[in-house]
Amino acid sequence: MPSFVIVEKCDGCKGQDKTACMYICPNDLMVLDKDGSAGYGVMKAWNRDPSWCWECYNCVKICPQQAIDVRGYADFVPMGASVVPLRGTQDIMWTIKFRDGSVKRFKFPIRTTAEGAAEPLGGFPAGDGDINSINLMTEPASCGQDKLPTL
Amino acid sequence: MANWETVEVTTDLLICGGGMAAAGAAVEAAYWAKKNGLKVTLVDKAAFTRSGAVAMGLSAINEYIGYSKGENTCEDYIRYVRQDLMGIARDDLVYNIARHVDSSVHLFEKWGLPIWTDENGKYVREGRWQIMINGESYKVIVAEAAKNAMAEAGFDIIERVFIVGPIMDGDRIAGAYGFSTREDKFYVFKAKAVCAMMGGAVHVFRPRSVGEGLGRSWYPPFNSGSTACFTILAGAEMTCQEIRFIPVRFKDAYGPVGAWFLLFKSRATSASGGEYMVTRKAELQNWAPYGLVKPIPANLRNYLGMLDVDAGLGPLYMETAEAINNIAAQYKDDEKAFKKKMKTLEAEAWEDFLDMTVSQAILWAANNIYPEKSRSEIAACEPYFIGSHSGGSGAWVSGPEDINTPYKWGYGNMTTVKGLFSAGDGTGASSHKFSSGSHAEGRYAGKQAIRFILDNNTQPNVSGVDELKAKCLKPLDVYAANSKFTTDPMINPNYILPMQFMFRLQKIMDEYAGGVVSAFKTSKALCERGLELMQMLKEDAEKLGAKDRYDLERCWENYHRMWQAEAHLRTILFREETRWPGYYFRADKPKMDDANWKVFVNCVYKNGAWEFCKRDVVPLID
Ligand SMILES: Cc1cc2nc3c(=O)[nH]c(=O)nc-3n(C[C@H](O)[C@H](O)[C@H](O)COP(=O)(O)OP(=O)(O)OC[C@H]3O[C@@H](n4cnc5c(N)ncnc54)[C@H](O)[C@@H]3O)c2cc1C
Ligand code: SF4
Ligand code: SF4
Repeated sequence: MPSFVIVEKCDGCKGQDKTACMYICPNDLMVLDKDGSAGYGVMKAWNRDPSWCWECYNCVKICPQQAIDVRGYADFVPMGASVVPLRGTQDIMWTIKFRDGSVKRFKFPIRTTAEGAAEPLGGFPAGDGDINSINLMTEPASCGQDKLPTL
Repeated sequence: MANWETVEVTTDLLICGGGMAAAGAAVEAAYWAKKNGLKVTLVDKAAFTRSGAVAMGLSAINEYIGYSKGENTCEDYIRYVRQDLMGIARDDLVYNIARHVDSSVHLFEKWGLPIWTDENGKYVREGRWQIMINGESYKVIVAEAAKNAMAEAGFDIIERVFIVGPIMDGDRIAGAYGFSTREDKFYVFKAKAVCAMMGGAVHVFRPRSVGEGLGRSWYPPFNSGSTACFTILAGAEMTCQEIRFIPVRFKDAYGPVGAWFLLFKSRATSASGGEYMVTRKAELQNWAPYGLVKPIPANLRNYLGMLDVDAGLGPLYMETAEAINNIAAQYKDDEKAFKKKMKTLEAEAWEDFLDMTVSQAILWAANNIYPEKSRSEIAACEPYFIGSHSGGSGAWVSGPEDINTPYKWGYGNMTTVKGLFSAGDGTGASSHKFSSGSHAEGRYAGKQAIRFILDNNTQPNVSGVDELKAKCLKPLDVYAANSKFTTDPMINPNYILPMQFMFRLQKIMDEYAGGVVSAFKTSKALCERGLELMQMLKEDAEKLGAKDRYDLERCWENYHRMWQAEAHLRTILFREETRWPGYYFRADKPKMDDANWKVFVNCVYKNGAWEFCKRDVVPLID
């Protein structure tokens, strides 16, 4: 809490040298208790500093076992709600459960190209190639006109 | 000393950080470096795909000019930014970012970012400058293009290495040092030029939530002032260190309000139902000319709300239900169209949170808040340092070469230190660049850095590596040497742990520099007392203790915060007026004083002392 790992579901990413949650957390919070010596269970992950969590959901979205969930911050969030994502390669599905039991579901696109396919020049022709000019690599084409504005 | 291996990396251009600015710098620099036989290395303390302020995603791109489509001009953008910052902005920098930003946005779209378009294929505007996106994977996509560019050129991206500080060779940058957060390794980077792009700072001030929700600041807890500290300690001139940013957001979870104000045309009211932007309009006269021109600056909008709160009229609310019903009313004769519209609006409202502040969705669900049925509380957050947004703090950088600007001493976006470049939250006086402008500015800085290297193609001298290593690992040594003295390693008279250090810093800033607890008010006497306490904190920074690598990371983050804090406190003290009343109020100088203070306040830390000066604001257009 706020992000927490469900004991039954976490498999420690099957003993690979880095776990998905540990790899992704932008605040370096997720760790794996490999041999159980930290007291969290053999091959179980945990959030080592819950009050430092941004609830960015990156660990939740990446966990292959769907073993991570988020419990709203105890100091201002009433109990009983949950927000659960299911992220695919093209879209993300969200299930929102209210404290009063009602449920809402939303699906949003996340990208229009295949994973890994972002081509640096984006298909724009390269610019003048002159290190001393004001044009960046794909300019002026990527600006949408034939000349970069100037004052 | 802790027994850590030393890893040396020699490169041409070193990019420190992996956020929007650094991703821009990497994709651009990789292109020019490859062409010119140079090498680029990028170092991020986190995973590049999901690091920085955009780690969670975003629901809008806040700077898109659309000049090629005749939607706006870059000149208009200058006027907008200048107005929002109460006259204090660098026209040259704002202009330069504006003319490159559309190019970055067009690239994002090609890379795979879903941008909303209308039936004519035009981007859907949230407001005049903002466009709507399905941005859950915004950072993933932007980082991917940079990764691909770096990989194609055979360059390295090093993740999970924390940059501690700069390495200097006289007045030229020579590299940086840091450590791995995954292995016992100390890193020395030797470079001919460096881009410092490690974001802004949060948790310099005490946040509103101090329990489990400590990390739920609007600005991400993992940006801790590393850029500011890096540039200050390199000896770079800094600007606008007094311009903090305080956003007004949905209370507690800090969900975005932009879509509500701009897209849904919602009103903000106090509990009594009064709309403070209307009832307190007369107050805006006191902040002329900025208070009288639209859009009204963000800080003044904050201020009017704060006046209501001070007067006991809180809480403040966003009238979400009213707004949704107003829109739906347009369909009152067509039930089918009405239902469809409501469904779209509902999805848009929730997506705004789910794409960038999931906590807000949890908070609404946990409070049984249905935006179409009830209003929702809003409040001013705590102060942040984010030069890319509506703040202004950052390094003072050289203007673009082709523009007739008085601010020019080197390569574009170079700080006053030779070879040291910055962008995004790292550069000052060029607010409102946001995600897209930070990327565009990063690209520009990346190209200019390569240009600098081609003209200065020598490897600067790096000496004193052992001292840097000892300094970097010292908190581990301090802890190891003393922790057995007491029964509880948390309480020890010989060291201070990183969290304890941070709480002490936050208390000083909150109470003396105008944080939440003092209702954002301060004065000369308060600043001076704050600086006395800060001096002792600085001395005690030598006694930071770290029990492990994780603690070491936290120690250095807080050390970085401390430098941002000091620069801020000193600059507020120097500027003897109140110019941004909704960000902070100098209670002893409660008025704006254009005659003496319509200037940039710049500072530099040299030979152990701070120097302050005023620099003229020179507009390039009317
Ligand atoms: C809550 C929120 C909402 C926002 N909403 C919008 C929006 O809707 N639209 C929009 O256009 N903009 C928005 N912005 C602004 C946008 O996110 C920023 O302008 C942009 O991310 C700034 O880019 P940057 O590269 O300077 O910093 P960041 O993108 O934050 O990147 C900082 C990088 O530095 C790294 N780093 C930090 N310290 C170190 C260190 N010591 N060593 C190594 N690496 C380090 C981090 O890991 C990260 O990679 C929002 C910002 C926030 C905080
Ligand atoms: S990513 Fe999931 S399965 Fe893997 S270690 Fe983390 S919690 Fe366990
Ligand atoms: S929610 Fe984000 S900050 Fe919290 S543990 Fe997961 S990845 Fe880290």
